[in-house]
Amino acid sequence: MLQLKKLSKIYKTGDKALSAVDLTVPQGQVMALIGPSGAGKSTLIRCINRLVEPTSGSITLGDVEITSLKGNSLRQQRRRMGMIFQEYALVERLTVMENVLSGRLGYVSFVRSFLRKFPQKDIDEAFRLLDRVELLDMTDKRADELSGGQRQRVGIARALIQDPALLLVDEPTASLDPKTSRQIMRLICEMCEERKLAAIVNIHDVVLAKSFVQRIVGLEQGRIVFDGKPDDLTEKELTKIYGEEDWEDTIKKDESLA
Amino acid sequence: MSSNLELKLGQAWSKPPFIKSPVLRWTLVICVLLYLVAAFSSIEVNWSRVYDGLEHGWRFVLAFASPDLSSRATDIREGLIESAVITMASTAVGIALSVPIGLGAANNISILPVYLLCRGIITFSRALNEIVLAILLVAIFGFGPLAGFLTLSFATIGFLSKLLAEEIENIDKIQAEAVRSTGATWLQRFDYGIFPQVLPRLIGLSMYRLDINFRESAVLGLVGAGGIGATLNTAFDRYEFDTAAAILLVIIGTVMVLEYLSGIVRFKMR
Repeated sequence: MLQLKKLSKIYKTGDKALSAVDLTVPQGQVMALIGPSGAGKSTLIRCINRLVEPTSGSITLGDVEITSLKGNSLRQQRRRMGMIFQEYALVERLTVMENVLSGRLGYVSFVRSFLRKFPQKDIDEAFRLLDRVELLDMTDKRADELSGGQRQRVGIARALIQDPALLLVDEPTASLDPKTSRQIMRLICEMCEERKLAAIVNIHDVVLAKSFVQRIVGLEQGRIVFDGKPDDLTEKELTKIYGEEDWEDTIKKDESLA
Repeated sequence: MSSNLELKLGQAWSKPPFIKSPVLRWTLVICVLLYLVAAFSSIEVNWSRVYDGLEHGWRFVLAFASPDLSSRATDIREGLIESAVITMASTAVGIALSVPIGLGAANNISILPVYLLCRGIITFSRALNEIVLAILLVAIFGFGPLAGFLTLSFATIGFLSKLLAEEIENIDKIQAEAVRSTGATWLQRFDYGIFPQVLPRLIGLSMYRLDINFRESAVLGLVGAGGIGATLNTAFDRYEFDTAAAILLVIIGTVMVLEYLSGIVRFKMR
């Protein structure tokens, strides 16, 4: 479904964020991307929807080559990739409904979006999604009136209304408490299951990642150093990704959950 | 305990000085002091002239005790309406032109040639003092409110575009990025990702500019650009200090009302 070939990114400052990353994510798979801060996780998912321009390599989604796209065709491919952000990235002064409907911007004309006259089927879908994430009563609230967990659920609805084939999820739980974090991770995984979406989830919390996803990829200094099932992530592998530390708890906790 | 720490313990600490070299620091301080002494001693005051002038000044101050609104009522009303028209029209036109120029002058969303052009317009507008510009425009278009309207529209661009551009440069990038990631076009990205973030500030600044433009329209009348300022100028020319005082009170009152209204609007917009 999604295929990265020799993807590299070197920033203008000379920082090598990604070096020749090869990665394939099949349809319906939720994959967690772990690694220390600065390993290139954020850069990787932003290269996929070209919020960051990759330096070299290729990205294909389905049978479309993403890296060479420009203008309209790039925007059409961005519609197929829903993105969920660390600090929710809702437009604070817009209503919950406007935030959800902004996921349809790639499909409607400027005049319609400017007048907030979205097609009825988009509005119905927005209501359905808001109901699914249990925020139907909040439709006309301003986004900055919501709690962290509620905002992230709006963020999820905004990504899903794009009707994407792929979800790019950047640290979805980094600003949430442990309980809300689990709820959000569960919601994302359920949605991917229901809609057969592939997803790349950047995440710092290794324990949380292991308990929800089918596959974990470890990134260190822009290179993939681990790719396997959550159970294969041993103390030795964690040391390879993050460096020397006592990893016993991280692995044990997971066993107690299982 | 490291040996480094032992050396440090018991030592006084003070904030490092802004200018490191003591020679340079004290030279600068002495130069500034010398300049101030030289500057103040170069001011010439003719004290006997001041003494004569005090009487004129006092008559003017006394006029505020008996402001005369009635004897030139028609002139004052017409001047006030003209000023209001100049103010509203120049603010509206100024805002309409400032938004696109402000967008172009924000370095986080603009491209270099557009950025340079818009910054150029802003710099030019800010470099030209309103009175100087008004004198020039009065020379071109003749006495009357048209020159005042053009002057204030142009001055509004320099003020509003600059501050709007700075506001756009300070937006939360992630919100705009999220809108971009949905496949939105450039205009949609502005409408959803940027505009909601700067709207309260834009409205606040516009209200502020409205009251600046009203005050300016009073001053511009002195150089022939119409409005209440022209009425005021005529009153001074005729030594009708009581009428002048009435006009000044009307201006002060109007500015205070505008200030109060803009406060309410800005509070509601948050």
